[in-house]
Amino acid sequence: MSAVVSFLTRRRGGKGWHWTDVVTWVWLVGGLIVMFGPAIWLIASSFKTPAQLAEFPPTILPYVGQQATVEGYDKPLTLYTVKMPDGTSRILAEVRRVGIVSQMVDPDAPGEIVKINIADRTPVREVGLATENYVVPLEQNNFLLYLRNSVFVTFMATIITLLTNSMAAFALSKYRFPGRDAVMLLIVGTLMVPLSVVLVPLYSVVSAVGLYDSLWGIILPTVATPTGVFLLRQYMLTIPDELLDAARMDNASEWQIYWRIVLPLAAPALAVLAIFSVVWRWNDFLWPLVVLSRKELYTLQVGLNTYAGELNVQWHYILAMTVVTMIPVVLVFVFLQRFITSGIAGSGLK
Amino acid sequence: MVAPIGKALGAAVAAPVSWLASAVNPPLKAWQRATGTDGMAAFFLAPNMAIFAVFVLTPFVINFFYSATSGNAFFLGDRTFVGTEQYERLFDCASYLDPSTCREDLFWKAVQNTGLFVVLQVALMTVVSIVTALILNREIAARSFWRAVFFFPVLLSPVVVGLIWRWILQRQGLLNYMLYSVGLEPHDWLIERGSAFTAAVTVSVWAHMGFYTLILLAGLQAIPRDLYEAAEMDGTRPARVFWRITLPLLMPSLLVVVILTLIRAVQIFDEVYVLTGGGPGTSTLYLTQYIYEVGFASLLRNPGLAAAASILMGAVLVVLTLIQLQLGRRGEKKGARE
Repeated sequence: MSAVVSFLTRRRGGKGWHWTDVVTWVWLVGGLIVMFGPAIWLIASSFKTPAQLAEFPPTILPYVGQQATVEGYDKPLTLYTVKMPDGTSRILAEVRRVGIVSQMVDPDAPGEIVKINIADRTPVREVGLATENYVVPLEQNNFLLYLRNSVFVTFMATIITLLTNSMAAFALSKYRFPGRDAVMLLIVGTLMVPLSVVLVPLYSVVSAVGLYDSLWGIILPTVATPTGVFLLRQYMLTIPDELLDAARMDNASEWQIYWRIVLPLAAPALAVLAIFSVVWRWNDFLWPLVVLSRKELYTLQVGLNTYAGELNVQWHYILAMTVVTMIPVVLVFVFLQRFITSGIAGSGLK
Repeated sequence: MVAPIGKALGAAVAAPVSWLASAVNPPLKAWQRATGTDGMAAFFLAPNMAIFAVFVLTPFVINFFYSATSGNAFFLGDRTFVGTEQYERLFDCASYLDPSTCREDLFWKAVQNTGLFVVLQVALMTVVSIVTALILNREIAARSFWRAVFFFPVLLSPVVVGLIWRWILQRQGLLNYMLYSVGLEPHDWLIERGSAFTAAVTVSVWAHMGFYTLILLAGLQAIPRDLYEAAEMDGTRPARVFWRITLPLLMPSLLVVVILTLIRAVQIFDEVYVLTGGGPGTSTLYLTQYIYEVGFASLLRNPGLAAAASILMGAVLVVLTLIQLQLGRRGEKKGARE
């Protein structure tokens, strides 16, 4: 333990603590709480029952109330620790509640009913997970369908993005042809035109080609991403042309050169683009919101927003489905975070 | 156990893919023989550029036609040409400072809100990311861990961000509990106008600061160490080192960060829409939401008006991007000289 402390508090050159060191650690620990805290609070809350979510003050861990089946009652009854008038405390099961009076029985000897003021009882409970928050919306509220749609869109869009962008990048980096610079300029120029600027006309184009209210209508407009072409082209420019010429001497076709030589060599850039594409497409919200109208086509993001916008907000389900929506991105964060951070530092794309 | 399964799965996917790749080779070879390298360039460009032409270029061009027509039909042929009427309508104001005197009061409300949002968000974002980047650039243990901590929210979807904070900021939420337990007054954060606006700014900074911190950190790490060593030998005070060395040399990255934040802040929509829905009232209604609602969501939808508003927003973005490109080019030239 002391080794850990001395490791964490070591100073370069063995100098003493300076006020900036204090600021540094306050900022870092504060950052840890502010950045991760909300997500952890979300996950903990997603396992709580509705009754527990309404509790004030809230508990950090999710608890489940203990129940017992008592002779003579059909439903299982909730157990409470009750402070009896004589000062002892007993565990009783609640039969029903009338106003501030709770009618209770002894679960082992369910004969007479005891009337207790509700202020004198506390539920018996232990740490436990309300997994029905997850099971119910997935099984009954279409969320399994939304999940499937999201996976389909993300997967298809990423595959098509990688293929079409890498082909275009190959042509733009390895061929000289008339109009090449114009094409490049056109592609880079559209970086300036975000979705929110072309919302109305894009909608009409997508309707005109018959893709309104279909998953392909949200996949296709996103795949010709200028960022992807640009990133791959910059990377392919670093592949020496001599390599390609050597392959041509060996009678390789241009397609084989692209598929067998350039693509494998561009793997690091393709990996970065693949990670970005997965995160982008999984998180897309505004465009699917505009294009999709049938509920069974909703992606998770749209489905979740619609569900959260309903009049009777069922937070226990919403929180659980928010966690489900977060899972792929958290996996990317845990396993691939360093690729993304180096990708951003290198190219400034997001 | 897992590795062999993964390998088998990989092989199962790879086999048909590589079969397909070799199956397309003979026809492509024939195409290559017939058309030469220009033909192959056209082939490689075709899929991307076809999608690009249909879904990026066409919408961009016909947006101008939309903004010059009226009616609520989406098919261009069914729309009536009205010239600049939509723009005139947007600018029809007795006083630009008071949205309620405008014909399109919501548009001006959105413009005003977006303007205030941009100023506050860019200021807060820049300060918070500089401080974080400076701290991450110090000699701290486990730096990559701490860098990851601040980066985490960047990957979250706007819907998730919006819902997490709605849950924390609601009346019986965590924030109010924390205030209550230190004896402060709880607050209806998303119901009151001022605090809803503050929440929108703060939450969007929370969600994106990690991205800008990374850019600034890369900028800080590019500053030559020997400058600091020289300053240390001269006994220069840390504050002076910051103003005289760190800040001037960080300027190029800082300008990129400011412009990128600006460009994104002008388009703010997703997380705020989920967080507040533009409310209470219209106090967090921003431009993109205005365009979305006028174009699609409201009963009195008017695609022409939405298109005109989006073109005005696009013009602002183009100016900002050109500034960014100009700064980038200047940075490159400077880099080439050094």
